[in-house]
Amino acid sequence: MGSQWLFTLTYGALVTQLCKDYENDEDVNKQLDKMGYNIGVRLIEDFLARSNVGRCHDFRETADVIAKVAFKMYLGITPSITNWSPAGDEFSLILENNPLVDFVELPDNHSSLIYSNLLCGVLRGALEMVQMAVEAKFVQDTLKGDGVTEIRMRFIRRIEDNLPAGEE
Amino acid sequence: MAIFSVYVVNKAGGLIYQLDSYAPRAEAEKTFSYPLDLLLKLHDERVLVAFGQRDGIRVGHAVLAINGMDVNGKYTADGKEVLEYLGNPANYPVSIRFGRPRLTSNEKLMLASMFHSLFAIGSQLSPEQGSSGIEMLETDTFKLHCYQTLTGIKFVVLADPRQAGIDSLLRKIYEIYSDFALKNPFYSLEMPIRLNLRWTPTF
Repeated sequence: MGSQWLFTLTYGALVTQLCKDYENDEDVNKQLDKMGYNIGVRLIEDFLARSNVGRCHDFRETADVIAKVAFKMYLGITPSITNWSPAGDEFSLILENNPLVDFVELPDNHSSLIYSNLLCGVLRGALEMVQMAVEAKFVQDTLKGDGVTEIRMRFIRRIEDNLPAGEE
Repeated sequence: MAIFSVYVVNKAGGLIYQLDSYAPRAEAEKTFSYPLDLLLKLHDERVLVAFGQRDGIRVGHAVLAINGMDVNGKYTADGKEVLEYLGNPANYPVSIRFGRPRLTSNEKLMLASMFHSLFAIGSQLSPEQGSSGIEMLETDTFKLHCYQTLTGIKFVVLADPRQAGIDSLLRKIYEIYSDFALKNPFYSLEMPIRLNLRWTPTF
C-alpha cells in the first residue's frame, strides 16, 4: 500500500512541476504524452518478458490484453472495455478508479489539464513497439466531474516497416 | 561451464551485447627447431596451421604468441611478419604458442548480423504463416538457442548440447534486459549495452 501512495504522490509532484515549468496546460499535456511515450516503448518489453502473452491478431485481443493483463500488472486495476465502433477499430477503457488521481483535485485555473495524460502516451508507445499505431485520448475524467474516467483507443494502422522476421 | 556465450541482437541486426564464458581453451606452447614441421598459412589476418598435427596442436590453430610475446594478427609484437620470421633459420630455436583463435569483436558483430539475416530467411522459408524463426541450431559441439521477442530483439545462447532449461534461461535474460537495460534512463534503445552493474533498479 505504501508504494502505491508513493507512486501517486510522485506522479502528482511530476505534474505539479510540469505545470510550473510550462506556461499553459496544452504544453503540459503534450509533455506528459511525450514522457508517457518514452516510458511505453520500454515498458512493453518488461510487460512481454513478465506476462508471456503472444502476439495479438486483432484489436479485440489487444483490448483484452491491455485491460485484463497490462493494467492489472502495472496499476492494479482492471478497466472494462465498452463502446466498440461498428468497424471494431475503436473502443473505450472505463476506469472506475484511477490510482494516479487519488487525493488529487484540479484547481480552477487548470481546467484544460489532462492530468493522467501520461497513460495515453504509454499506451501509444507500447503498442507502437508491437507494430500497432494507435491513438489514445481521455474523453471523460473524474477530476473534471465526470462519473468515470474513460480512455478512447483508436486503431490507426499496422506499422509495416521494421517488422520482426516472421511477422509479414 | 555449460553455457558458452550469450548474444543480444537488436531489431536491425546489430549486436548490442555479447558475453563469452568458455572453459580455458586448449593452448599448446612448444619449442621448435628449424625447419618447422607444421605448415603455416596466412588467413584472414591470422597465421594458422594448414597441415601438421602434434602434441595438442591441430589444423586450424592460430599462432598466439612467439617466445612468450603475443602476436598481433600476422605480425609479431615487434612488427615483423610472423611467416617471414619463422622462415629464417637464424631465429630458431623458437617457442610458439598455438591455440584456437578467439573471435574478434568485429567478427562477432558480423556473425550476429549474418545470423539476423539467416533468421529472416528461415522465417520466409516457412510453409506456414507466422513462423517463430530459427529457435535452435544444433551441431555436435554446441547448440544455439534463439528467442525473438514480439518487438524484434533476439536473445541467442550457445550452450552444451546436453544442457537443458535454455528456454527458461532465454526468458530470464529477457527479464534481466528489461530490468537493467530498459529501466536505466541513460541507456538508449537499440544501442550497445555497456552498463555498470553497480546500478541496481530500486523501484
